[in-house]
Amino acid sequence: MTLTLRVWRQKDPSVKGGIVTYELADISPDMSFLEMLDVLNEQLILGGDDPVAFDHDCREGICGMCGVMINGQAHGPEQTTTCQLHMRSFKDGDTITIEPWRASAFPVIKDLAVDRRAFDRIIQAGGYISAPTGTAPEAHSVPVPKKDADAAFDAATCIGCGACVAACPNASSMLFTAAKVTHLGLMPQGQPERDDRVVNMVAQQDREGFGGCTNIGECSASCPKGISMETISRLNHDLLGALRAGVRPKS
Amino acid sequence: MPLDLFNVGDPIADTKAPMDVPIAERWSSRRFRARLVNPANRRKMTVIVVGTGLAGGSAAATLGEAGYKVKSFWYQDSPRRAHSVAAQGGINAAKNYRNDGDSVHRLFYDTVKGGDFRSRENNVHRLAEVSTNIIDQCVAQGVPFAREYGGLLDNRSFGGAQVSRTFYARGQTGQQLLYGAYQALERQIAAGNVEQHARTEMLDLIVVDGRARGIVARDLVTGEISTHFADAVVLATGGYGNVFYLSTNAKGSNTTAIWRAHKRGAYFANPCYTQIHPTCIPVSGDYQSKLTLMSESLRNDGRVWVPKERGDTRDPREIPEDERDYYLERIYPSFGNLVPRDIASRQAKNVCDEGRGVGPNGLGVYLDFADAIQRLGLSAVEAKYGNLFDMYNRITGENAYETPMRIYPAVHYTMGGLWVDYDLQSTIPGMFVIGEANFSDHGANRLGASALMQGLADGYFVLPNTINDYLADGPFEKVDESHPAAAEALQGVQDQVQKLLSINGTRTPASFHRELGKLMWDLCGMERSEESLRKALDRIPEIRQEFWSNVKVSGDWSSFNPTLEHAGRVADFIELAELMCIDALHRAESCGGHFRAESQTPEGEALRDDENFAYVAAWEWTPESAPPVLHREALEYEYVHLAQRSYK
Ligand SMILES: Cc1cc2nc3c(=O)[nH]c(=O)nc-3n(C[C@H](O)[C@H](O)[C@H](O)COP(=O)(O)OP(=O)(O)OC[C@H]3O[C@@H](n4cnc5c(N)ncnc54)[C@H](O)[C@@H]3O)c2cc1C
Ligand code: FES
Repeated sequence: MTLTLRVWRQKDPSVKGGIVTYELADISPDMSFLEMLDVLNEQLILGGDDPVAFDHDCREGICGMCGVMINGQAHGPEQTTTCQLHMRSFKDGDTITIEPWRASAFPVIKDLAVDRRAFDRIIQAGGYISAPTGTAPEAHSVPVPKKDADAAFDAATCIGCGACVAACPNASSMLFTAAKVTHLGLMPQGQPERDDRVVNMVAQQDREGFGGCTNIGECSASCPKGISMETISRLNHDLLGALRAGVRPKS
Repeated sequence: MPLDLFNVGDPIADTKAPMDVPIAERWSSRRFRARLVNPANRRKMTVIVVGTGLAGGSAAATLGEAGYKVKSFWYQDSPRRAHSVAAQGGINAAKNYRNDGDSVHRLFYDTVKGGDFRSRENNVHRLAEVSTNIIDQCVAQGVPFAREYGGLLDNRSFGGAQVSRTFYARGQTGQQLLYGAYQALERQIAAGNVEQHARTEMLDLIVVDGRARGIVARDLVTGEISTHFADAVVLATGGYGNVFYLSTNAKGSNTTAIWRAHKRGAYFANPCYTQIHPTCIPVSGDYQSKLTLMSESLRNDGRVWVPKERGDTRDPREIPEDERDYYLERIYPSFGNLVPRDIASRQAKNVCDEGRGVGPNGLGVYLDFADAIQRLGLSAVEAKYGNLFDMYNRITGENAYETPMRIYPAVHYTMGGLWVDYDLQSTIPGMFVIGEANFSDHGANRLGASALMQGLADGYFVLPNTINDYLADGPFEKVDESHPAAAEALQGVQDQVQKLLSINGTRTPASFHRELGKLMWDLCGMERSEESLRKALDRIPEIRQEFWSNVKVSGDWSSFNPTLEHAGRVADFIELAELMCIDALHRAESCGGHFRAESQTPEGEALRDDENFAYVAAWEWTPESAPPVLHREALEYEYVHLAQRSYK
């Protein structure tokens, strides 16, 4: 198929970016979206132009490295990652607009690649269970009800791609934070730090400049792993409980 | 073997495993004899850890907890992206929770046998011992493993084993284990014990007075190339399967860190041992950029078959039972669909070579769940494998609940890697290598669910103990970028980057990578012969020469430039490919994943030659134009008796 691509080009964070249009022919419907961009880049390189920078690594929907806005939708028209989107989702002659995630907490590095380290800092604020190597008791000493383990797993499948932030009109990271709070909060091992965790992670996401959550639900609708809005209810419940109990964020 | 391809040097041996006690006591004996570093001294010492996969992430976190100053490097934006995240199936541990006869000794035995008697007994035994601690550790971190209704951990079986010892988290075990290590690492970063270097690629090793003392790395965002120093360096940079271009590895997986360390003096062991995974989605076109694995766990319930007749193009659902050949069940009645990977892959190739392959280009076999769906019900199959069926559907557009999956073997894992001793130290003092980047535990073939086990064993439990023995002599004399060795390494990297940008030829790095990969797959892939390898060895130097005179890298060095990164990696893959072919050619036997056409049993199974090849081939780099030097480490089997593997 033949496509018209409108791609956001921005050399680095210090300059203003803009849309550049490219025509691309001979695209197979079995190609992945990123393979289609590979074809574009090969052509650009041979023409001596700077190829379009985009992040990717595993190309199988699990590392969370890829992610662009495709026609205004995070990861495009299917509920999957950009790397798992295939060109059979488009038609011959389509015009496709490709832009980076837009959020002040995710500054553009170049073209379609953004800096998502704010997510790591939210994890640093409490998204863990303190269990230094060697201190663990025998694994079967604490049974975990299957339904809790399964629900924890569902939340833990978040790949940290940032689509939730990109899709949210407020650029809120609530779904990301809530997924981790839910995962660890459902495990018996996660109980001792549960209050501090939620308070500190929420404080950190505010510090990073993510917007507030107004329960719109675009995040969950665009999440390639289908993380549910229930995690946000859980977070709010835990947060309220912790604040009532007098827990305050570390400065 | 003609001497123009390589020279033979002195034998090499591990000297760290205490051989004066029985195998089951060697690890505790080594820990006891290894010197300790007191907590006050640990704070004075820095350790560089390159890589944040299961091996590097767990090591950096654990060394940080122990009080060392750690500098952690990785090439993606976040440590959570390391390729370990993609592991699907599970992790082995000798817990014997099923009461099905498992034990440390059985896991040890299975791993040595699975590796086709080309691994070191001491290392494997330790791996099996430590395996149980790993599960405890991960559970304590909150890893949401699959559980049974009673709340206890569930297990499944994996290829090459008759017991059920694989722990899993649906089809995303690697992801969940990695997040455990990642969260521990982030906790250490927050505590100030680990300094982070995201999007930073190691491009050389700095060796001062015979000791590894630092690295040269490029910040992939600003392009800045700089030196970093430490008292010890740990490489945990993963496998080099991308030398084949198409593999199940991440696009960025590379050999650069270990290859450049090799050129600084670290021996490279068994480079030709490559694992070809039997259950991947077949190639669909020339534009293909990577291959996707369908977890081996699918072989627990899926049945592999091809039509009995060649060229049978009927819809698989219309082929009656008696016209199907369930060839693994037929040839290997006792292991059936669960034979080890090398065997399953080669049999798939055989039936396709006979013209019985399925799918558009005849390079595929069926993996059929119809029986499992009938036996267990659709929802049970969905619960176990749902995400894999979804992934299959997304990539192929086919529904595997209704029609059998098509699968074909693909490059997946590299058993070879930098040579290390029992302490996981390379031939360069002060440089340790862990995870897939080393060669240590899997011999000529790795069993499923054993790489995650090895990565975490190395990172959580082995290295943090053994590295103390080395650091007990530290802190070492301070070095900085003014040291001639550091300045030379820095200059070398800068020169190479400039060179790549200045050639301005007519072919992209990807086009060279594709050509090299196809050549390696055709000539040094699932089956190798003297003839094919010689052909490859004629061609690779030509590719190298063309690369260095005709590659085109656009953009500049001082900004984010993925093409430049790729070009550097391809240059290293080309050199590694040559060593792989030399290694494959010199090993005139078949073993595990290394199948030499000239060395097979009458039934077509791999035929080892223990008399001549029961050794590790550790290769020493020599300056360009001189051939590499082979150092042999003899493999002795005290506990597991050498035998022809049989899974019949
Ligand atoms: C699709 C797939 C499925 C698998 N499934 C299983 C399974 O079910 N069970 C099992 O046991 N094994 C499985 N394996 C194998 C297993 O996942 C890997 O062997 C293992 O995770 C490797 O871990 P690692 O820590 O050694 O390296 P990786 O996880 O590959 O990490 C490498 C790290 O090094 C960094 N790095 C690399 N090069 C450089 C450089 N030059 N400079 C700086 N940093 C660098 C990267 O950023 C990354 O952080 C699977 C592998 C694949 C590909
Ligand atoms: S590249 Fe890994 S999720 Fe898309």
